[in-house]
Amino acid sequence: MRTGTLKQILLITDGCSNQGEDPIAMATLAREQGVTINVIGVMEQDVIDDQGLKEIEGIALSGGGVSQVVYSQQLSQTVQMVTRKAMTQTLQGVVNKELQQILGGTKKMEDLPPEKRGEIMEVVDELGETVELDVLILVDTSASMTHKLPTVKEALLDLSLSLNARSGSNRFSVFAFPGKKVEVEKLLDWTPNLESLTTIFSKLSTGGITPTGPAIKEAISYFQQKKRSLRSMLSRDDEQFFEESI
Amino acid sequence: MMMNNSLKSLSKLSPGTVIHGKWHRNQYTIIKELGNGANGVVYLVRDSSRQVALKISDNPSSIISEVNVLKSFTKVQGSALGPSLFDVDDWETVGKQFSFYVMEFIKGPNLLTFIQQKGPEWLGVLLLQLLADLDVLHEKGWVFGDLKPENLLVNGPPIRVRCIDVGGTTIKGRAIKEFTEFYDRGYWGMGSRKADERYDLFAVAMVIINTAYPGRFNKTTGGISQLMGMVKQKPELNLYQSIIKNALSGNYQTAGEMRRDVLAALQPRKQKSDAGNQVKSRSQLHRNGAKRNVTKKKGGLFETALIILTLSFLYFFYIYVQIL
Repeated sequence: MRTGTLKQILLITDGCSNQGEDPIAMATLAREQGVTINVIGVMEQDVIDDQGLKEIEGIALSGGGVSQVVYSQQLSQTVQMVTRKAMTQTLQGVVNKELQQILGGTKKMEDLPPEKRGEIMEVVDELGETVELDVLILVDTSASMTHKLPTVKEALLDLSLSLNARSGSNRFSVFAFPGKKVEVEKLLDWTPNLESLTTIFSKLSTGGITPTGPAIKEAISYFQQKKRSLRSMLSRDDEQFFEESI
Repeated sequence: MMMNNSLKSLSKLSPGTVIHGKWHRNQYTIIKELGNGANGVVYLVRDSSRQVALKISDNPSSIISEVNVLKSFTKVQGSALGPSLFDVDDWETVGKQFSFYVMEFIKGPNLLTFIQQKGPEWLGVLLLQLLADLDVLHEKGWVFGDLKPENLLVNGPPIRVRCIDVGGTTIKGRAIKEFTEFYDRGYWGMGSRKADERYDLFAVAMVIINTAYPGRFNKTTGGISQLMGMVKQKPELNLYQSIIKNALSGNYQTAGEMRRDVLAALQPRKQKSDAGNQVKSRSQLHRNGAKRNVTKKKGGLFETALIILTLSFLYFFYIYVQIL
């Protein structure tokens, strides 16, 4: 079965975008290029307004991912749950496509009787354990997020702990928006663990604007750049084959 | 945790709602909600004859994953691992499809509530049962994962601790599927989230600590120093102190090893831990024993004499009557 590397953007924000392209359009663009977008809305005492909520759900829906709104205390657990859920969802899609080729028509796992789903799910679980995963983390650093950033950092360290327990390899990179002078700033290049994040995060400056759309656009192009680089062409071929018999 | 919309609608099913199985055509009438989590809602329902528990979710893959685990448990003969599985099906309603499975309804308070109600002496017994179950589970290649008091119900009589919610149950060697921070080795910075026996045993130790801290506590420095510091503050944890330390540090390779130590801790103590006291108490013990033996012997002699006396008196009486 063909899975390749799963590509995810994890967007952590606390409200609505207010500058640049429509983030939902950018999410759709990401999905077209095989990148899934998950969104986590972080609340503290404040509640996210309807408009913000709509945008959070819209981005995830268009980006083929999962969204969740939580209080910051529950962030760690949510980050890992959302990432895993989105992985399963993507892999499920791959497996469903494969099923359609075997069974014909538009059959999905849900169209099979429950007894027959067990083995398929085992394949999905197995893939989830072994597939290579790239997660680009996009952190909203607008003013209202300032005091939530330490919690975000904790949650991200926790995420790398969870994902590194898998046998498949992981790579993370971290971007903040708005950046110091630009809309989006790269904080951390692709790395298998997020330990190095500790120092960078304390230096973050926060700004007033929330250019979510442009941030997503930039993130997608970062995935593309990576694809073009010779090193990754050699070591991490996108068209990897996982031989699985269903 | 906030739930997404479709899950929210699932947690609002009112008593009396009938869930129709699409494939097996069984019907279940909702009695009440038993609990809900990130992956679904559990209801107490009635089928044609009895009360059973039904877990329903908008995410078919999580339902099937759990069903896979429960199915493999039923292959373990005569075990109490997880609830027994009765049915798996889909429910189609207003254009939406939900997946559900039906299992044995395990009635009873959770481990923490039970101990609070019945007394701390129950902790040891329940730990022995739990560790025996975990040993079997581990031997079959599984790690329970999300071990916490809420997932441990005390059923009976006869009193028996049962694990419910297999959402976190993971094949050994893989990444733990679901966990709760307080009971999670990774959260305390004391190891990875790769499923192994020691992951569960760490959680068991945290459950023991939890009995003395029902409100749990937060991570400050994390690590063994914070946890053992908290343990030492509670005299009721003295009995289990070394066991907790070993389990937290990953010194037990199997649940069986930990169980042996719990069993040893529960034996009545004949010796005090202080060395001086120990010697003294031991000599006292000897003296007491000797004294008891002497009195026993004396008592025996007196008894014999009494019997002989009575018998000879009766005999003389008999002779006397015969002569007359």
